[in-house]
Amino acid sequence: MSSNATATVVRTGAGSRFVIYTLLILFCLYYLLPLYVMVVNSLKPLSEIQAGGMMSLPEEWTVAPWASAWSTAQIGVEATGLKPFFWNSIVMVVPAVAISTVLGALNGYVLTKWRFRGDTIIFGLLLFGCFIPFQMVLIPMARMLGIVGLAGTVPGLIFVHLVYGIGFSTLYFRNYYQQFPTELVRAAMIDGAGFFTIFRRIMLPSSGPIAVVCVIWQFTNIWNDFLFGASFSDFDSQPMTVALNNLVQSSTGVKEYNVHFAGAIMAALPTLLVYIVAGRYFVRGLMAGSVKG
Amino acid sequence: MTQIAPDVREVSARPQNAGRDWLREALPKIVLSPSLAMVLIFVYGFIIFTFYLSFTDSRILPSYGWEGWSNYSKLFRIRAWDTAVSNLLIFGSLYIVICCALGLALAILLDQKIRAEGFIRTVYLYPMALSFIVTGTAWKWFLDPGIGLQAVVRSWGWESFTFDWIKDGDMAIYTIVIAAVWQTSGFVMAMFLAGLRGIDNEVLKAAQIDGASNWALYRRIVIPQLRPAFMSAFVVLAHMAIKSYDLVIALTGGGPGTATELPATFMYSYTFTRNQMGIGAASATIMLMAIAAIMVPYIYSELREKK
Repeated sequence: MSSNATATVVRTGAGSRFVIYTLLILFCLYYLLPLYVMVVNSLKPLSEIQAGGMMSLPEEWTVAPWASAWSTAQIGVEATGLKPFFWNSIVMVVPAVAISTVLGALNGYVLTKWRFRGDTIIFGLLLFGCFIPFQMVLIPMARMLGIVGLAGTVPGLIFVHLVYGIGFSTLYFRNYYQQFPTELVRAAMIDGAGFFTIFRRIMLPSSGPIAVVCVIWQFTNIWNDFLFGASFSDFDSQPMTVALNNLVQSSTGVKEYNVHFAGAIMAALPTLLVYIVAGRYFVRGLMAGSVKG
Repeated sequence: MTQIAPDVREVSARPQNAGRDWLREALPKIVLSPSLAMVLIFVYGFIIFTFYLSFTDSRILPSYGWEGWSNYSKLFRIRAWDTAVSNLLIFGSLYIVICCALGLALAILLDQKIRAEGFIRTVYLYPMALSFIVTGTAWKWFLDPGIGLQAVVRSWGWESFTFDWIKDGDMAIYTIVIAAVWQTSGFVMAMFLAGLRGIDNEVLKAAQIDGASNWALYRRIVIPQLRPAFMSAFVVLAHMAIKSYDLVIALTGGGPGTATELPATFMYSYTFTRNQMGIGAASATIMLMAIAAIMVPYIYSELREKK
């Protein structure tokens, strides 16, 4: 988003400015409320929540819910905590993001600098693939993963995320490389540089910003995915989101709300961290993924 | 694609042997082909496969006995599907309208040379970084009458305060709207803000000199110019609404009863827990049709625009 310099020229009086600031602050509270609820309730004993104290600060501060959510809470039938599933998600996300980003960069390069008949149709096909309801591929994918022996494994999930992540990463790099001066590529051609040399020496060095956008987008999407995780993983290969849902839904007997909140924060932390550190790129990715390049 | 990237190959026509010429010509296509193959098989091939299954007698496993349209006619007679579709209409229209109204209002407010704009924007937008499972968990307990909002207000002394929509079959679908709006409205705000920042200030200044009120400025000049932003917001929100799955699972699990069932949850339970794969495939096909009706014209116009 552009800076303040381009804000509207509409003038507002002191009275209306007061109203505007009040509204903006009220909405800040609205958006922060669930985060506040999650944080304070993850730090208090269960009895305080049950006594109707969800909105108040803890009377007795404790990190026990965090410890429990991480390493001892009941996930489904076993008391493993969320720890193993957090690692599942990491192991799943890293290769899926890396490979889909590299492929996206190469595809974007071909589709803008080495154009051929029908390339727009190919791009359209890739693009539509980003938006299909994945319900449409669940049945055959489950069957195929079973046939090749990847059902219920982390590599299976990596593969699924890779396949359905390529569309978006191609979209990002294509739109970015479209702005890249083709004259430079042409000059390098005349000097005898080949396909990969041009990519490595000319395109890649200037691809930093879009690579960051793409990595953040893929990371957020894949980390936050639930549908594929729930459909294609076993107990041992569940990603974090699925494990969190199991923690919250399956607990029989006393519901340990404080543990659920601690677990929810754990599942949110990686993407939240990325957003806080690189918010600018996050927003750019959102916009490009929805509007256009 | 206005200026079609001048073809780099034409300038490199140098006498070389045929094999290397062929390779140079084919290399870009070879590089593209794995991705294309994956998408053709795992997107389009799988779509065709599921579409085909929707005409078969598949139950627990895919099977290939042809049944014609019977899955579709069965589907439309299932009450739960009826509920899912009408829920989607309620949820989708409220979600889109409220997100757009709220997003536009916040964007206009935030566009008034606000101090700490960056911070406020960050706060409005952070829910978009969260998983719907996290959002669902937070709102599930916040809206739970036993410990959440209702219990809190009662403990403050208002004994008769009641807010139990999440347990009420008639109202539960609106709790999905509340949580979904919370998650996405900041993003819609960002889209409108970008649109507002792209508007030419000269026109506004001229209208101001002519004595137009702020209200008139926005209604007559600014908002009509946000058409493309409205368009994009609609497409994004509509397609998210149709695909909504995680949030329902985390927030209500589709219940109470089937009160918050959506097509996505219907498809999943019919296919994988009720062993009615043919019917599940038919419902997925209908979801795809709905998405295609929105996305295909949009993608088509986006790609054409750039030509």
